[in-house]
Amino acid sequence: MSENLIEVRGLTKKYGDFLAVDGIDFIVQKSESFGLLGPNGAGKSTTMRIIAATSQRTSGEVSVLGKDPEIQGPQIRAHLGVVPQQDNLDTQLTVTENLYIYGRYFGLSKKFINSKISDLLEFAQLEEKRDTKVEALSGGMKRRLTIARSLVSEPDILILDEPTTGLDPQARHILWDRLFRLKEDGITLLLTTHYMDEAEQLCDRLIVMDKGRIMAEGNPAALIKKYSTKEVLEVRFGSNRNAVMAPAMRELCERIEVLPDRILLYTENAETVLENIVAAGHHPNTSLVRRTSLEDVFLRLTGRSLIE
Amino acid sequence: MLLSAAVAIAERRSGKPGDHYYAGRSRAVVERSYIAFKSSTWFVILSGFVEPVLYLLSFGYGVGQFIGNIDSGTGKMVSYAAFIAPGLLATSAMNGAIYDSTWNVFFKMHESRLYHGMLATSLGPLDVALGEMAWALLRGLVYAMGFMIVVAPLGLIPSWWGILAIPAAVLIAFGFAAFGMAVTSYFTTFQQMGLINIALLPIFLFSGAFYPLTVFPGWTQALIKALPLWHAIELIRGLTLGAIDMRLFGHVLYFLVMIAGGLFFTTRRLNALFMR
Ligand SMILES: Nc1ncnc2c1ncn2[C@@H]1O[C@H](COP(=O)(O)OP(=O)(O)OP(=O)(O)O)[C@@H](O)[C@H]1O
Ligand SMILES: [Mg+2]
Repeated sequence: MSENLIEVRGLTKKYGDFLAVDGIDFIVQKSESFGLLGPNGAGKSTTMRIIAATSQRTSGEVSVLGKDPEIQGPQIRAHLGVVPQQDNLDTQLTVTENLYIYGRYFGLSKKFINSKISDLLEFAQLEEKRDTKVEALSGGMKRRLTIARSLVSEPDILILDEPTTGLDPQARHILWDRLFRLKEDGITLLLTTHYMDEAEQLCDRLIVMDKGRIMAEGNPAALIKKYSTKEVLEVRFGSNRNAVMAPAMRELCERIEVLPDRILLYTENAETVLENIVAAGHHPNTSLVRRTSLEDVFLRLTGRSLIE
Repeated sequence: MLLSAAVAIAERRSGKPGDHYYAGRSRAVVERSYIAFKSSTWFVILSGFVEPVLYLLSFGYGVGQFIGNIDSGTGKMVSYAAFIAPGLLATSAMNGAIYDSTWNVFFKMHESRLYHGMLATSLGPLDVALGEMAWALLRGLVYAMGFMIVVAPLGLIPSWWGILAIPAAVLIAFGFAAFGMAVTSYFTTFQQMGLINIALLPIFLFSGAFYPLTVFPGWTQALIKALPLWHAIELIRGLTLGAIDMRLFGHVLYFLVMIAGGLFFTTRRLNALFMR
């Protein structure tokens, strides 16, 4: 049985005259892992804040657990664990005190919180730093603490705005694993990311946003299938020659993208295309055959690469 | 879905008036201040307590030697030290409250993003406003009690009504905390914050702590009587000198209005700032 935890219809948000979110619709179901993908300024964080009842919408309808965030903010926030894009830990307090007082903000008892702290410290891999002031933590440690803190109230929905930004690769993989387990426990995840591999790993479904609008929606594999070919050939001719070589490449492949540093050729069989390029007498400095990813979907939809 | 403890707690409040702004949990905000305070430097606190004592010694006993007794404003003659002691008590309640509700709040609002974190939980803006003011008020109370402990044995509190000066100091501190936090929530730069300090000094010097307002021309008196510190000093002086009359209620009312206004504007502003 599916249950809609979050419903967004015709949502817009203006900052002054600037339209940051321009009429978006989506639904997130219980225990689903839902991603918001898009370049800087797409409106991802704005959308997240409106859902998390910390920002007011300009128009449209939003329902979280059947409630309107503008009318029942505290009641909705009691269900949420929020990891904001910018850390807002309590820098005057220690690691443990941060976890403790955050639980107190939710009204939880001392006993309840204290019984959770050691698990949360383990989750954040911060056992050795338990009595360290937050000020003295590294950026990645702060990020992990922020994520652990969001779990103290045992949320039903976890809202993660670029959770792994600033984490080293190992910490990222550990976090993915933890998030995956939370999802198995029935927690609904709503997350934004700039990392395509992260979205492909974590999201059951996602929307691609650009300039406040939704460009596409679906599960990662289906999006790749719909908007891209099976394989990509990346060739580099040197930065000033890529544009010159573009017309020749276009003759050899039905869809290409010319980026400043390389040309991407979208095809079902990249090896054959590469052979044809060499047979036609062109000699790229380097070439790479790979499977297409969400990055390519994004490029197709917006004409821009995701990480600029 | 199994209800988590956090949800059950929030739901209990649901449907009550103001549930959108207030979760009834400003205690958690006070607790946070207490945890931060435990590891902070005691000496900042101490300085706020020492200051009025030094004023009292220097002016009350120094300058007082040349002044002798002074008309308390009710026809009774009292020593100069007993005249200024309530003024200094009111001022220390003000200073304690202002310190926490202005610079500290400014820092939390703009530098440490502390309120962003609080308002992402099931707390509401009124919880944050009340909690922060309560802490500032506690500081005012501690200053006032410390001062009383020093001055009462010196015989500077001639009336038993003087005991009520302590709750009065709490009321005064609450008023200043509410006002200070409301003003701070509208300020966005350090320069604007500097104005608070600039304004406080003349208010302190001219609000009647050191001599009766009658030395001023009528229009100046009227201006000073509009300012909160004058009401604070008159209220506390009335109590410590035992000059009880209806005017004291007027001063209390002044502070009640100040508290209500401060709470209203702070809550509104926090909501506007963090719920944008
Ligand atoms: N508080 C604000 N006041 C004014 N404009 C804002 C505010 N917050 C966001 N914006 C604008 O709204 C647009 C969307 O911002 P948002 O933070 O939602 O983007 P994003 O998709 O999260 O980007 P990023 O990937 O960089 O985090 C941007 O153009 C931004 O400048
Ligand atoms: Mg963002």
